[in-house]
Amino acid sequence: MAMMLSLDAVAALVDHLRNDGRKVIGPVLRNATISLDEIDGVDDLPAGWTEHQDGGSYRLERLDRPELFGHATPALPWKSWLYPPRTMLMRANRDNGSVTIEKPTPGAEPFAFFGIRSCDVHALDILDRVFLDPADPTYTARREKLFVVAATCARPGGTCFCVSMGTGPAPSIGYDIALTELWAGDRHEFLARAATDRGRALLGRLEGRAPTEADLAAADHLVGNATQNMGRQLDPTHPTAAAERYEHPQWEAVARRCLACANCTMVCPTCFCSTTEDTTDLSGAVSERWRRWDSCFALDFSFLAGAPVRSSTKSRYRQWLLHKLVTWHDQFGTSGCVGCGRCITWCPVGIDLTAEMTALALDPGGPS
Amino acid sequence: MNSGAGSRPKLAVWKFASCDGCQLTLLDCEDELLEVAGRVEIAHFLEASSARLAGPYDLSLVEGSITTAHDVDRIQEVRAESKSLVTIGACSTAGGIQALRNFSDLDELLSVVYATPSFLSTLDTSTPISDHVPVDFELRGCPIDKRQLLEVIGAFLAGRKPNVPDHCVCVECKARGNPCVLVAHGTPCLGPVTHAGCGALCPAFNRGCYGCFGPMESPNVESLICALTEMGMPPEDVDRVFHTFNAWSEPFRHAGRREERP
Repeated sequence: MAMMLSLDAVAALVDHLRNDGRKVIGPVLRNATISLDEIDGVDDLPAGWTEHQDGGSYRLERLDRPELFGHATPALPWKSWLYPPRTMLMRANRDNGSVTIEKPTPGAEPFAFFGIRSCDVHALDILDRVFLDPADPTYTARREKLFVVAATCARPGGTCFCVSMGTGPAPSIGYDIALTELWAGDRHEFLARAATDRGRALLGRLEGRAPTEADLAAADHLVGNATQNMGRQLDPTHPTAAAERYEHPQWEAVARRCLACANCTMVCPTCFCSTTEDTTDLSGAVSERWRRWDSCFALDFSFLAGAPVRSSTKSRYRQWLLHKLVTWHDQFGTSGCVGCGRCITWCPVGIDLTAEMTALALDPGGPS
Repeated sequence: MNSGAGSRPKLAVWKFASCDGCQLTLLDCEDELLEVAGRVEIAHFLEASSARLAGPYDLSLVEGSITTAHDVDRIQEVRAESKSLVTIGACSTAGGIQALRNFSDLDELLSVVYATPSFLSTLDTSTPISDHVPVDFELRGCPIDKRQLLEVIGAFLAGRKPNVPDHCVCVECKARGNPCVLVAHGTPCLGPVTHAGCGALCPAFNRGCYGCFGPMESPNVESLICALTEMGMPPEDVDRVFHTFNAWSEPFRHAGRREERP
């Protein structure tokens, strides 16, 4: 089911999602970035804004028309709403010598992700493989209720490489409705495609017109253009080659630059590692167990039997990159990377995994 | 360290060379202060009360650095009377802002600052408590964070390890949903090399991290200096940002003096 929507109809789409009781998360301007937050309507979207992204650099830029989706991936990953940075797993109460355990109900109001890009939709699919079986209660409860309104990428960022990873730029899986923003002169419309029953039902509540051949051709043209405009690329044969070069000097070279600050894993849409912390209150009557995001760049992450197993930054960077691009396949049947480019943009020193992969794969680097 | 029925663990708070801000963090625990006072016997805390109980003490919180010969003796006495000794803040953990003297000629400083330097009796250096006595736990910050102080006290009461991670500020910053101010605004920030604990307070207000909590577990200062330099920060400013509250802790000590860096 496809139809052409005006900007007013897209506004009505957001209103319907909200009126149906959903919390709508979408791109917003925050702290001189396009980030993510709850939106009350289309007016909250960063109309007319795009950004320039490069290794370790992000700057907002103005567009000459009020495009809703003229930007690339937002600064934050969408995972924050399905897999929050901190989650309470249980609380134990001691009262008169007996202990009772409370487990928080993972219920959250249903979310709608509005304007999510294809790379990030693929990231949800990857997280599903991690959290749905065996079922993580928090993730599962939120994921099952999630409504996905995807947006076709018209202007990929300077660090994007979804084409290399086969995840974009046009939404192909995992959405209820996909929007492609089209301009014909001053005429501003959206080609909406529904892929699920609830997506079709929602489109059925909107005013619109049938798309013409020209509309469909314009959408295809936009996707073709975006495909040609990836800021980065990753040769699919490189990760396997790099994995064979475990002692390549490039690992040392990147470790000299790497801050081990964990920014890459925190903004990655698929990094899912966590640790648990037990807390006690001052009275000793209440104890809580919390899960919080952790990172393979933290020393404590590999702390076993009195010491961290991966004590060098080299070993931690290598672990992250080879898990993401190589051993993830063994573990979950896909790559852990969707080519969103966040780890490149948001690395304070601009370490670029595509460049690292190329260096590792093309230069034998002495005896491996 | 739960004591038997009827007796509460005895808490002592000690001050050395410092501004009192970290001890005040304990008094600043307004909502939790009565509960703290109910769980421990506040035996020695001059900022709160002139009443003092004799040692030994179950938990001593030590603020301030060692800057006089008298301090050197007194910290030995505090240690001898304390079952557990926790340093609170940058002064007791790293030497504090007053450790800037360690990089200078003391007599010259005294002659410039004081009208009658002969009245002063001081050491050449300001050093952390751990240079003098064994320390059970070091809580970072200038000043310390109230939540972390309560966590440490709660952990000692329960006999468990405090949840005070040694990773950098960025982990807290991203969990809070902040964009990186280095990347998005070109604002110099020490977050990637600085110990977490503040909850990424400054970046949450679009300011760069000042490094109040000292070096994180594996600080790559050289790489961050390259990034700061590329952003246009002149060498003297690089020196200055590393030489503040934790100037004497490695590797900030040498980061701030590039001609002396190994």
